[in-house]
Amino acid sequence: MKEIILIKLGEMVLKGLNRRTFEDVLLKNIKYRLRGVGDINVRIAQSTIYIEPLTDDVDLDKVSEHIAQVFGIVAFSRACVCDKSIDDILTKAPVYTRDALMGASTFKVESKRSDKRFPLKSPEISRLVGGAILSACPHLKVDVNDPDITVRVEVRDYGAYIHHRTIRGQGGMPVGTSGLSTVLISGGIDSPVAAYMMSKRGLRLNAVHFESPPYTSLRARMKVERLLSIVARYAGAIEMHTVPLTAVQEAIRDRCPEELFTILLRRVMMEIASRIAERTGSGALITGESLGQVASQTMAALACTDDAAEKLVFRPLIGMDKQEIINLSRRIDTYDTSIEPYEDCCTIFTPKHPRTKPVLHFVRKAQEDADLAALIEEALQKTEIKLIEAR
Amino acid sequence: MRLHYLDNSATTRCCDRAAAAALSMMTEKYGNPSSLHEKGIEAEVELERARAAVAASLSAAQKDVLFTSGSTESNNTVLFGVADAMKRSGRRIIVSAIEHPSVYESAKELSRRGWDVRFVPVDSDGVADVDTLRKLLTADTVLVSVMAVNNETGAVQPTEEIGRIVKANSPALYHVDAVQAYGKLPISTAKWNADFVSVSAHKVHGPKGVGALYIRRSARLVPLLYGGEQQRRLRPGTEATALIAGFGAAVEEFDLARHGATVQQLHDKALSALGDIDGVIINTAALPYIINLSVPGIRSETMLHHLERGGVYVSSSSACAKGKRSYVLEAMGLEDERIDSSLRISFSRYNEEEDVIALCAGLQSGLQTLQRIKK
Repeated sequence: MKEIILIKLGEMVLKGLNRRTFEDVLLKNIKYRLRGVGDINVRIAQSTIYIEPLTDDVDLDKVSEHIAQVFGIVAFSRACVCDKSIDDILTKAPVYTRDALMGASTFKVESKRSDKRFPLKSPEISRLVGGAILSACPHLKVDVNDPDITVRVEVRDYGAYIHHRTIRGQGGMPVGTSGLSTVLISGGIDSPVAAYMMSKRGLRLNAVHFESPPYTSLRARMKVERLLSIVARYAGAIEMHTVPLTAVQEAIRDRCPEELFTILLRRVMMEIASRIAERTGSGALITGESLGQVASQTMAALACTDDAAEKLVFRPLIGMDKQEIINLSRRIDTYDTSIEPYEDCCTIFTPKHPRTKPVLHFVRKAQEDADLAALIEEALQKTEIKLIEAR
Repeated sequence: MRLHYLDNSATTRCCDRAAAAALSMMTEKYGNPSSLHEKGIEAEVELERARAAVAASLSAAQKDVLFTSGSTESNNTVLFGVADAMKRSGRRIIVSAIEHPSVYESAKELSRRGWDVRFVPVDSDGVADVDTLRKLLTADTVLVSVMAVNNETGAVQPTEEIGRIVKANSPALYHVDAVQAYGKLPISTAKWNADFVSVSAHKVHGPKGVGALYIRRSARLVPLLYGGEQQRRLRPGTEATALIAGFGAAVEEFDLARHGATVQQLHDKALSALGDIDGVIINTAALPYIINLSVPGIRSETMLHHLERGGVYVSSSSACAKGKRSYVLEAMGLEDERIDSSLRISFSRYNEEEDVIALCAGLQSGLQTLQRIKK
């Protein structure tokens, strides 16, 4: 029995006049996410996206799983394909719905005939299909008000379809419809979640990662690549910019007051990320900061950090508790990778007593005295770029 | 850039003869050694040749040597196999506090299963305390397992003496994890009074994924795995002929005296050069193949990655315990700062003086740039 996936207009996030653009972007994103899953045709007709396996070896469970990761889809259904003949529909409907109906006690059938050339009207189709199901599963009762399962029959231009279950999608807006933004990614729990959340609002992503060899290892970078490849399941391919920060960090260590190490480091990161955003045509920065989580994320510290950013900064986690962030990271599958124990560049040279209420003009002064501009330039020049695909 | 591979206790480069032997087993003599036809016999001949070589290297009879997937399997086989076989004869098992995780964690698991597991402490040189061991021995002790050479420090254990004490004071079986002694020190199952000896191929220029276990014929052991008739049914499964042939070829290249002399020279040069570097402390250097040192103030991993940039590869404590603090150095009573900054340098016959020079240069430049707070 041939099975396909249907995503209907009401189940896509669409906005007025931009509808065509949204549809095009969504179609492109779906195609990207289904690469490597098999030979699949994706097309749009009659306000419905049809996802149709072209060969028998396509695993539709896998396809569903991937569709459920594409932003811009609120819900979708798996459906059985029938010829446009009532006989075929009556043969397949009881078989296709059998497993689901065995565990139910009530059901109803709803039919929709958008091809008016089909000889039977909707209520007639429903009555016949209901009868066929009842004779296959005599334990069932019809309940039109509150059934356990609603079996839907649709007669459309190119075929007839039977489905009985709506699967929840990821929601959000199609990636790319809001532009490009740059996420600062460390390897911890927070930044991949922040990336996910902003991507959900339609942002395409690139990423900036800072590393400090030999204080950090290649394995730390590989871990971040793995994290981004998980985020890319939702956000699409991500261009990763890896910036070597050792020289800057050593200069901060050698030239600045210890209690300001972290805040100065954060400022340098914002500055470098802004420059990369500018260079790549990205409109904003994204960070995983959450108010009060650590010394560098107090209101005063964030104000000092923000001062160094030359771009709009999105901080989607700012009002979330750690546990909420962890729950979300589990749901999007980044948690287990995030907790692998490799040192990241934020934790080397951490001051024993960091300043939790830094004063902006002192911080600025310390940064000027440290004379970091040339080192920042050098770090930007040595930045490596790699495209990270969904894994 | 020339590579200076000084991490030979983690693993070694497979020697050319071993690699060639393995390849030929995969592409030419690919038969199943249990098959009745000549392709099977051809493979069996190579399998038994390798077994003979490994047996000779342990001063053991060929029949008493089994091939395993490596020393983790060998060690697990002994600990769980003896515990299972002896569960009605006693309840105590004794291991040293510095065993490799494949013995140490197995012992801890047996303790959770109700065995009375005792750990023998070590002195500040990392050598097991035989007096404590003697006191721990009881009539219901079923197994004593003490490694021959420690993997992190190179500390040589009194293997022969322990064998005598165990046999004189208890009915216990005696297991020696000889992985780090293998190919470096003479091994004699008889002299050691050992009932079991575990060794591994990849530490001696053989392939990864294969090891051996000597089992004295009288020693009782319940197998971990059940299956075919291979290897006295103690280790069923089609033998990994390619890896085993590679193992055999590597062992046929053993030359303890000559290789030992080469490494001894390197070791002496390294010790004197390291002694000249202000900020480097030698923790242990008992066996010429391993030097354990500390650079207080610089975390092991940081220095390791710094050395790596100069093509020098070393290890931070043992490679199996990535990022975890060394319980071996803790058992020796070293202070935290030395443990957190410890590195293991381990030589093989392929190393040259250049490698020592590169190491010292790397340590020196690291000392200048990597301090947490500038001095």
